[in-house]
Amino acid sequence: MKGRVTFNTDRCKGCGLCVSVCPVKLIELDKSVVNAIGYNPAYPAYPDKCIACTNCAIMCPDTVITVERLDD
Amino acid sequence: MTVIFQKTKGLTDTPFTYCPGCTHGIIHRLVAECLEELDILDRTVAIASVGCSVMSYEFFNCDAIQAAHGRAPAVATGVKRVLPNKIVFTYQGDGDLASIGTGEIVQAAHRGENITVIFVNNAIYGMTGGQMAPTTLPGQITTTSPYGRDVSKQGEPIRMSELMAQIPGAAYIERVMTADPVSVRKAKRAIKKAFEIQKNGGGFSMIEILSSCNIGWGLSPVDSLKYIKEDMAAYFPLGVFKDKGAAQ
Repeated sequence: MKGRVTFNTDRCKGCGLCVSVCPVKLIELDKSVVNAIGYNPAYPAYPDKCIACTNCAIMCPDTVITVERLDD
Repeated sequence: MTVIFQKTKGLTDTPFTYCPGCTHGIIHRLVAECLEELDILDRTVAIASVGCSVMSYEFFNCDAIQAAHGRAPAVATGVKRVLPNKIVFTYQGDGDLASIGTGEIVQAAHRGENITVIFVNNAIYGMTGGQMAPTTLPGQITTTSPYGRDVSKQGEPIRMSELMAQIPGAAYIERVMTADPVSVRKAKRAIKKAFEIQKNGGGFSMIEILSSCNIGWGLSPVDSLKYIKEDMAAYFPLGVFKDKGAAQ
Protein backbone atom coordinates (compact mmCIF):
# COMPACT_ATOMS: atom_id res chain seq x y z
CA MET A 1 0.00 0.00 0.00
CA LYS A 2 1.25 3.45 -0.94
CA GLY A 3 0.55 6.62 0.96
CA ARG A 4 1.36 10.27 1.19
CA VAL A 5 2.01 12.32 4.31
CA THR A 6 1.64 16.10 4.34
CA PHE A 7 2.81 18.31 7.17
CA ASN A 8 1.24 21.55 8.39
CA THR A 9 4.79 22.75 8.91
CA ASP A 10 4.06 25.95 10.81
CA ARG A 11 2.30 24.02 13.63
CA CYS A 12 5.17 21.54 14.06
CA LYS A 13 7.17 21.81 17.30
CA GLY A 14 9.92 19.46 16.11
CA CYS A 15 9.46 16.95 18.97
CA GLY A 16 10.45 14.05 16.72
CA LEU A 17 7.80 11.56 17.91
CA CYS A 18 6.71 10.98 14.29
CA VAL A 19 10.34 10.32 13.31
CA SER A 20 10.65 7.71 16.07
CA VAL A 21 7.52 5.71 15.17
CA CYS A 22 7.76 5.66 11.36
CA PRO A 23 8.39 2.00 10.41
CA VAL A 24 10.03 2.92 7.08
CA LYS A 25 12.04 5.87 8.44
CA LEU A 26 10.80 8.38 5.88
CA ILE A 27 10.47 11.38 8.22
CA GLU A 28 13.32 13.61 9.39
CA LEU A 29 13.62 16.92 11.20
CA ASP A 30 14.66 19.64 8.75
CA LYS A 31 17.65 21.26 10.45
CA SER A 32 18.00 23.78 7.60
CA VAL A 33 14.62 25.39 8.31
CA VAL A 34 13.22 27.28 11.32
CA ASN A 35 9.44 27.50 11.13
CA ALA A 36 7.08 30.31 12.20
CA ILE A 37 7.09 29.20 15.86
CA GLY A 38 10.85 28.68 16.05
CA TYR A 39 11.38 24.95 15.65
CA ASN A 40 13.07 22.65 13.12
CA PRO A 41 9.95 21.06 11.60
CA ALA A 42 9.53 17.44 10.55
CA TYR A 43 9.27 16.75 6.83
CA PRO A 44 8.95 13.69 4.61
CA ALA A 45 12.58 13.18 3.51
CA TYR A 46 11.77 10.03 1.53
CA PRO A 47 8.08 10.51 0.60
CA ASP A 48 7.99 7.55 -1.80
CA LYS A 49 8.53 5.12 1.06
CA CYS A 50 5.18 5.91 2.75
CA ILE A 51 2.98 2.87 3.42
CA ALA A 52 0.00 4.84 4.83
CA CYS A 53 0.21 3.23 8.28
CA THR A 54 -0.77 6.55 10.03
CA ASN A 55 1.63 5.86 12.94
CA CYS A 56 3.17 9.32 12.59
CA ALA A 57 -0.19 11.10 12.63
CA ILE A 58 -1.39 9.03 15.61
CA MET A 59 1.65 10.00 17.70
CA CYS A 60 1.77 13.68 16.61
CA PRO A 61 0.80 15.80 19.65
CA ASP A 62 -0.02 18.85 17.52
CA THR A 63 -2.16 17.35 14.73
CA VAL A 64 0.34 18.47 12.12
CA ILE A 65 0.09 15.44 9.83
CA THR A 66 -2.49 14.43 7.23
CA VAL A 67 -2.22 10.96 5.67
CA GLU A 68 -3.65 9.91 2.32
CA ARG A 69 -3.82 6.46 0.82
CA LEU A 70 -2.86 6.39 -2.85
CA ASP A 71 -5.14 4.08 -4.80
CA ASP A 72 -3.51 1.80 -7.33
CA MET B 1 -6.65 8.98 -3.32
CA THR B 2 -8.36 8.76 0.05
CA VAL B 3 -7.63 10.83 3.12
CA ILE B 4 -7.26 8.32 5.95
CA PHE B 5 -6.09 10.66 8.69
CA GLN B 6 -6.69 14.36 9.18
CA LYS B 7 -7.30 16.81 11.99
CA THR B 8 -10.64 16.13 13.65
CA LYS B 9 -13.51 18.64 13.69
CA GLY B 10 -13.58 18.14 17.45
CA LEU B 11 -10.55 20.41 17.81
CA THR B 12 -10.46 24.13 17.09
CA ASP B 13 -7.69 25.66 14.95
CA THR B 14 -6.02 27.17 18.03
CA PRO B 15 -2.49 25.75 18.33
CA PHE B 16 -1.89 23.79 21.56
CA THR B 17 0.03 25.64 24.26
CA TYR B 18 1.76 22.43 25.38
CA CYS B 19 5.52 21.82 25.27
CA PRO B 20 6.96 20.00 22.23
CA GLY B 21 6.30 16.28 22.51
CA CYS B 22 3.75 16.56 25.36
CA THR B 23 1.21 13.78 25.02
CA HIS B 24 -1.58 16.08 26.25
CA GLY B 25 -1.94 16.93 22.56
CA ILE B 26 -2.48 13.26 21.65
CA ILE B 27 -5.08 12.85 24.40
CA HIS B 28 -6.92 16.02 23.34
CA ARG B 29 -7.10 14.65 19.83
CA LEU B 30 -8.37 11.25 21.00
CA VAL B 31 -11.15 12.84 23.05
CA ALA B 32 -12.10 15.15 20.17
CA GLU B 33 -12.12 12.27 17.67
CA CYS B 34 -14.39 10.22 19.96
CA LEU B 35 -16.82 13.14 20.33
CA GLU B 36 -16.90 13.60 16.56
CA GLU B 37 -17.31 9.88 15.81
CA LEU B 38 -20.12 9.47 18.36
CA ASP B 39 -21.80 12.56 16.84
CA ILE B 40 -22.15 14.25 20.23
CA LEU B 41 -19.92 17.27 19.61
CA ASP B 42 -22.85 19.71 19.48
CA ARG B 43 -24.22 18.62 22.86
CA THR B 44 -21.02 18.16 24.81
CA VAL B 45 -19.83 20.35 27.67
CA ALA B 46 -16.15 20.08 28.60
CA ILE B 47 -15.00 21.00 32.10
CA ALA B 48 -11.42 22.26 32.05
CA SER B 49 -9.33 21.88 35.18
CA VAL B 50 -6.30 23.71 36.56
CA GLY B 51 -2.85 22.64 35.44
CA CYS B 52 -1.28 22.43 32.01
CA SER B 53 -4.74 21.64 30.62
CA VAL B 54 -6.21 24.87 32.04
CA MET B 55 -6.58 26.24 28.50
CA SER B 56 -8.24 23.10 27.12
CA TYR B 57 -11.51 25.01 26.68
CA GLU B 58 -9.75 26.83 23.83
CA PHE B 59 -8.94 23.58 22.05
CA PHE B 60 -12.11 21.44 22.25
CA ASN B 61 -14.64 22.47 19.64
CA CYS B 62 -17.55 22.25 22.08
CA ASP B 63 -18.96 24.26 24.97
CA ALA B 64 -16.69 24.41 27.98
CA ILE B 65 -16.36 25.73 31.51
CA GLN B 66 -13.15 26.29 33.44
CA ALA B 67 -13.50 25.01 37.02
CA ALA B 68 -11.61 25.96 40.18
CA HIS B 69 -8.63 23.75 41.05
CA GLY B 70 -9.79 20.17 41.62
CA ARG B 71 -13.48 21.06 41.45
CA ALA B 72 -14.15 19.92 37.87
CA PRO B 73 -16.26 16.87 38.95
CA ALA B 74 -18.40 19.15 41.14
CA VAL B 75 -18.98 21.57 38.25
CA ALA B 76 -19.68 18.62 35.95
CA THR B 77 -22.26 17.34 38.47
CA GLY B 78 -24.06 20.68 38.36
CA VAL B 79 -24.07 20.87 34.56
CA LYS B 80 -25.22 17.26 34.13
CA ARG B 81 -28.03 17.57 36.68
CA VAL B 82 -29.40 20.79 35.19
CA LEU B 83 -28.90 19.68 31.58
CA PRO B 84 -29.16 15.86 31.66
CA ASN B 85 -29.18 15.58 27.86
CA LYS B 86 -25.71 17.08 27.58
CA ILE B 87 -22.62 14.90 27.47
CA VAL B 88 -20.37 16.22 30.24
CA PHE B 89 -16.71 15.35 30.70
CA THR B 90 -13.90 16.67 32.84
CA TYR B 91 -10.30 16.81 31.66
CA GLN B 92 -8.01 16.72 34.69
CA GLY B 93 -4.36 16.15 35.48
CA ASP B 94 -2.95 14.22 38.42
CA GLY B 95 -2.22 17.31 40.49
CA ASP B 96 -5.81 18.41 40.00
CA LEU B 97 -7.59 15.07 40.43
CA ALA B 98 -5.34 13.06 42.76
CA SER B 99 -4.31 15.88 45.09
CA ILE B 100 -6.48 18.95 45.60
CA GLY B 101 -9.53 17.39 43.94
CA THR B 102 -9.49 13.94 45.58
CA GLY B 103 -12.60 14.77 47.61
CA GLU B 104 -14.58 15.92 44.58
CA ILE B 105 -13.71 12.96 42.36
CA VAL B 106 -14.41 10.38 45.08
CA GLN B 107 -17.76 11.96 46.00
CA ALA B 108 -18.83 12.37 42.35
CA ALA B 109 -18.17 8.66 41.82
CA HIS B 110 -19.99 7.79 45.06
CA ARG B 111 -23.05 9.66 43.86
CA GLY B 112 -22.80 7.75 40.59
CA GLU B 113 -22.96 10.91 38.50
CA ASN B 114 -23.40 10.12 34.81
CA ILE B 115 -20.23 11.94 33.73
CA THR B 116 -16.93 10.97 32.10
CA VAL B 117 -13.58 11.83 33.62
CA ILE B 118 -10.43 11.99 31.48
CA PHE B 119 -7.59 11.70 33.99
CA VAL B 120 -4.15 12.52 32.58
CA ASN B 121 -1.47 11.09 34.89
CA ASN B 122 2.07 12.34 34.17
CA ALA B 123 3.45 11.76 37.68
CA ILE B 124 4.42 15.39 38.20
CA TYR B 125 3.10 18.95 38.58
CA GLY B 126 4.01 20.06 35.07
CA MET B 127 2.60 23.57 34.83
CA THR B 128 4.20 24.92 38.01
CA GLY B 129 7.67 23.63 37.13
CA GLY B 130 7.90 19.90 37.80
CA GLN B 131 7.25 19.47 41.53
CA MET B 132 6.50 16.13 43.21
CA ALA B 133 2.87 15.05 42.84
CA PRO B 134 0.92 12.33 44.71
CA THR B 135 1.56 10.14 41.66
CA THR B 136 5.34 10.71 41.46
CA LEU B 137 7.09 7.32 41.28
CA PRO B 138 9.32 6.04 44.13
CA GLY B 139 12.83 7.39 43.55
CA GLN B 140 11.71 9.80 40.83
CA ILE B 141 13.65 13.07 40.81
CA THR B 142 11.58 16.27 40.70
CA THR B 143 12.34 19.86 41.70
CA THR B 144 10.93 19.21 45.21
CA SER B 145 12.42 15.71 45.54
CA PRO B 146 15.97 16.30 44.24
CA TYR B 147 17.23 13.02 45.78
CA GLY B 148 14.27 11.06 44.44
CA ARG B 149 10.91 10.39 46.11
CA ASP B 150 11.58 8.73 49.47
CA VAL B 151 8.57 6.53 50.24
CA SER B 152 9.48 6.39 53.95
CA LYS B 153 8.93 10.14 54.17
CA GLN B 154 6.57 11.01 51.35
CA GLY B 155 4.57 7.80 51.09
CA GLU B 156 3.74 5.62 48.13
CA PRO B 157 2.28 7.07 44.91
CA ILE B 158 -1.51 6.94 44.83
CA ARG B 159 -3.10 4.55 42.34
CA MET B 160 -6.31 6.37 41.50
CA SER B 161 -7.89 3.79 39.20
CA GLU B 162 -7.60 1.05 41.82
CA LEU B 163 -9.02 3.41 44.44
CA MET B 164 -11.93 4.52 42.26
CA ALA B 165 -12.75 0.93 41.28
CA GLN B 166 -13.68 0.24 44.93
CA ILE B 167 -16.49 2.80 44.80
CA PRO B 168 -19.90 1.20 44.21
CA GLY B 169 -21.14 4.19 42.16
CA ALA B 170 -18.38 3.97 39.56
CA ALA B 171 -19.47 2.21 36.36
CA TYR B 172 -16.30 2.02 34.28
CA ILE B 173 -12.66 2.53 35.28
CA GLU B 174 -9.76 1.79 32.94
CA ARG B 175 -6.08 2.74 32.80
CA VAL B 176 -4.35 3.17 29.42
CA MET B 177 -1.17 4.87 28.20
CA THR B 178 0.15 6.91 25.27
CA ALA B 179 3.57 5.30 24.81
CA ASP B 180 3.36 4.05 21.22
CA PRO B 181 0.88 3.91 18.31
CA VAL B 182 -0.65 0.64 19.59
CA SER B 183 -1.32 1.96 23.09
CA VAL B 184 -2.70 5.22 21.69
CA ARG B 185 -5.20 3.23 19.60
CA LYS B 186 -6.17 1.29 22.74
CA ALA B 187 -6.53 4.54 24.68
CA LYS B 188 -8.94 5.81 22.06
CA ARG B 189 -11.09 2.68 22.39
CA ALA B 190 -11.23 3.19 26.16
CA ILE B 191 -12.21 6.86 25.86
CA LYS B 192 -14.87 6.01 23.31
CA LYS B 193 -16.30 3.33 25.56
CA ALA B 194 -16.50 5.78 28.46
CA PHE B 195 -18.45 8.28 26.35
CA GLU B 196 -20.75 5.51 25.07
CA ILE B 197 -21.49 4.52 28.67
CA GLN B 198 -22.44 8.10 29.50
CA LYS B 199 -24.52 8.40 26.31
CA ASN B 200 -26.47 5.29 27.34
CA GLY B 201 -26.98 6.56 30.89
CA GLY B 202 -24.55 4.02 32.33
CA GLY B 203 -23.11 6.23 35.05
CA PHE B 204 -19.71 7.42 36.22
CA SER B 205 -16.69 6.53 34.08
CA MET B 206 -13.04 7.43 34.46
CA ILE B 207 -10.19 6.77 32.02
CA GLU B 208 -6.72 7.23 33.50
CA ILE B 209 -4.13 7.90 30.81
CA LEU B 210 -0.42 7.57 31.57
CA SER B 211 1.09 10.60 29.88
CA SER B 212 4.50 12.18 29.52
CA CYS B 213 6.01 15.39 30.85
CA ASN B 214 9.35 15.39 29.07
CA ILE B 215 10.33 18.87 30.30
CA GLY B 216 9.47 18.08 33.93
CA TRP B 217 11.13 14.68 33.77
CA GLY B 218 14.23 16.09 32.06
CA LEU B 219 14.02 13.59 29.20
CA SER B 220 13.68 13.91 25.44
CA PRO B 221 10.15 13.41 24.02
CA VAL B 222 11.12 9.98 22.64
CA ASP B 223 12.79 8.86 25.90
CA SER B 224 9.68 9.98 27.83
CA LEU B 225 7.56 7.51 25.90
CA LYS B 226 10.00 4.80 26.96
CA TYR B 227 9.70 6.00 30.58
CA ILE B 228 5.90 5.70 30.41
CA LYS B 229 6.14 2.17 29.06
CA GLU B 230 8.90 0.84 31.30
CA ASP B 231 8.67 2.78 34.56
CA MET B 232 5.18 4.23 34.89
CA ALA B 233 3.29 1.23 33.54
CA ALA B 234 5.26 -0.98 35.98
CA TYR B 235 3.86 0.91 38.98
CA PHE B 236 0.49 1.80 37.43
CA PRO B 237 -0.66 -1.44 35.75
CA LEU B 238 -2.84 -1.01 32.68
CA GLY B 239 -6.25 -2.56 32.33
CA VAL B 240 -9.95 -2.39 33.12
CA PHE B 241 -10.47 -2.08 36.87
CA LYS B 242 -14.23 -1.93 36.85
CA ASP B 243 -16.87 -2.59 34.23
CA LYS B 244 -20.35 -2.63 35.73
CA GLY B 245 -21.91 -3.28 32.32
CA ALA B 246 -19.89 -6.46 31.79
CA ALA B 247 -20.53 -7.69 35.35
CA GLN B 248 -24.33 -7.66 34.95
